[in-house]
Amino acid sequence: MTAPFVAAPVQVFRDGGIVAWRNFTNTRRTPGALFSAVLQPLMFVLLLAYVFGGSLGGDSYREYLLGGIFAQSVTFNASFTALGLANDLSKGMVERFRSLPMSRVAVILGRTTSDMATSVITLVVTGACGLLVGWRIRGGFWEALAAFGLLLLFAFAMAWVGALIGLTASSVEVAQSMGLIWLFPVTFASTAFVSAARMPPGLRTIAEWNPVSAVADSVRGLFGNPTPAGLPQPDGWPSQHPTLYAVLSAAVLIAVFLPLAAARYRRVCAR
Amino acid sequence: MPTPTIVAESLVKRFGRHRALDGVNLEVPRGHILGLLGPNGAGKTTTVRVLSTLLAADSGRAEVAGYDCATEPAAVRSTMGLSGQYTSLDENLTGRENLHLVARLYGYSRARARERAARQLDRFGLTDAAHRRAGGYSGGMRRRLDLGGALIADPRVVVLDEPTTGLDPRARRDTWETVRGLVADGTTVLLTTQYLEEADQLADSIAVIDHGRVIATGAPAELKRRVRGERVEIVLADPADAPRTVHLLAGVGPSVSEAEPGRVELVTRDGSRALLEVLHRLERAGIPVADAGTRKPSLDDVFLSLTGQSGVDQPDTTDDPAPAGALS
Repeated sequence: MTAPFVAAPVQVFRDGGIVAWRNFTNTRRTPGALFSAVLQPLMFVLLLAYVFGGSLGGDSYREYLLGGIFAQSVTFNASFTALGLANDLSKGMVERFRSLPMSRVAVILGRTTSDMATSVITLVVTGACGLLVGWRIRGGFWEALAAFGLLLLFAFAMAWVGALIGLTASSVEVAQSMGLIWLFPVTFASTAFVSAARMPPGLRTIAEWNPVSAVADSVRGLFGNPTPAGLPQPDGWPSQHPTLYAVLSAAVLIAVFLPLAAARYRRVCAR
Repeated sequence: MPTPTIVAESLVKRFGRHRALDGVNLEVPRGHILGLLGPNGAGKTTTVRVLSTLLAADSGRAEVAGYDCATEPAAVRSTMGLSGQYTSLDENLTGRENLHLVARLYGYSRARARERAARQLDRFGLTDAAHRRAGGYSGGMRRRLDLGGALIADPRVVVLDEPTTGLDPRARRDTWETVRGLVADGTTVLLTTQYLEEADQLADSIAVIDHGRVIATGAPAELKRRVRGERVEIVLADPADAPRTVHLLAGVGPSVSEAEPGRVELVTRDGSRALLEVLHRLERAGIPVADAGTRKPSLDDVFLSLTGQSGVDQPDTTDDPAPAGALS
């Protein structure tokens, strides 16, 4: 008897969902990884809010800060995707998946989808911590929903970048360090934590055009969190249209890294 | 004669300068078990990976159940069950969840996948452990679970890569029973092994592979005829006694030789009687013996008789490349 047939376009999402279920079950049963995913933004909230916060505007800085932390934590989502896929490769799960009559892309799609679920948890816990240090949602309900939607879209886009790294790294250890290290400059050379206005000219341009800045500025706007007086906003095009620029950046990241990751998956399996 | 279910024709696969497959030819008729026998690095796993569409051959043709492995990989995968040498279970999922996952990815609905998983748990004696995580399973249980997954869709073709490597004798016998049961249902099986005994127990025919080529094919009995007899091995306390020993033992068996310095090997029909005679003669001649014993022909002897050189004791540099899973 031959296994039942599933039409290809349906199969990608069906199989992606099944793989996502499997990944999420794994996450639930090995809470260590989830713990560090949640702990890191909490640590940044507390460090930045109280170590730098006093010099940068106190309460108003703490409110400003949260948008940046949200943007940073969804950017870091890439590292979890990289690690997850590298793990699946090293443990032979990818080999198992490859031997089944399932959709190819579904293995990566399942991973990027389940990592979004991790991001939801991270955002909820970070938001709760934010409320404790004085952050508030001052805008409307729909704006707040849009803000979380944008954050998850960006998390999803970054997951495809992480997927390419995870499938390219030669070992789990390499995936872990390569997946993480570049995210520090990417998130700090932005307006996530401070204004770009006082950065040196070259760096300032980078920060202004950094999609992480757009995500942070956009969600601050949508949550109705004002910028403290001491942190003047630059006035380049991205700063003027942060939401549009953030959505565009996410779309471009997906359009570029989804096919790259899928191609890499085919190569890595054909060795 | 109907087309064989598994066909490999002049398969070539290079890894850098190393030719892992150097023109492999195989045919397995429907309902037969072919044992692919060979030492580490001979090309067994590479052959399996090409036939199961995990790896593309550089040239040659591979066909499974009438589908071309290169151009119709999806069709090949849906008719085939693969249990790899490196069992790939999700250690954080329970036994039942592992099987459910595989069944779902074969395309079954939730309800059907549940039925199939339950059936396989029962069939492989894992029902009691169904709710436990696979990470806590013993080696034999992991193998059974992996096999349960490979067979969950009742595939017409089953490929087993060293299905009993690392198993204890009981688990090995259980696996053999399963494989025999498959063929009774008309399934075609390709299995790789390093053990002559395993191929002998299971296979209708054996293909011996070495350095990426099939160097002999035939029924187990045929191959064994080439390495008929038992071996008596004598390890001398003083290697210098070897020439005298070989001379002394001539006539006990059809062939006596110094296999390596200080170790004299004798081929005979009845090992234990020959051993007694050998020890008797050596004692009378006053030649001290460090160790003595009999053994059945090994894979090494098959190689020796087929190629005139040992295949097993090759330096381990031409190992099959690790699967894509094992990042190197």
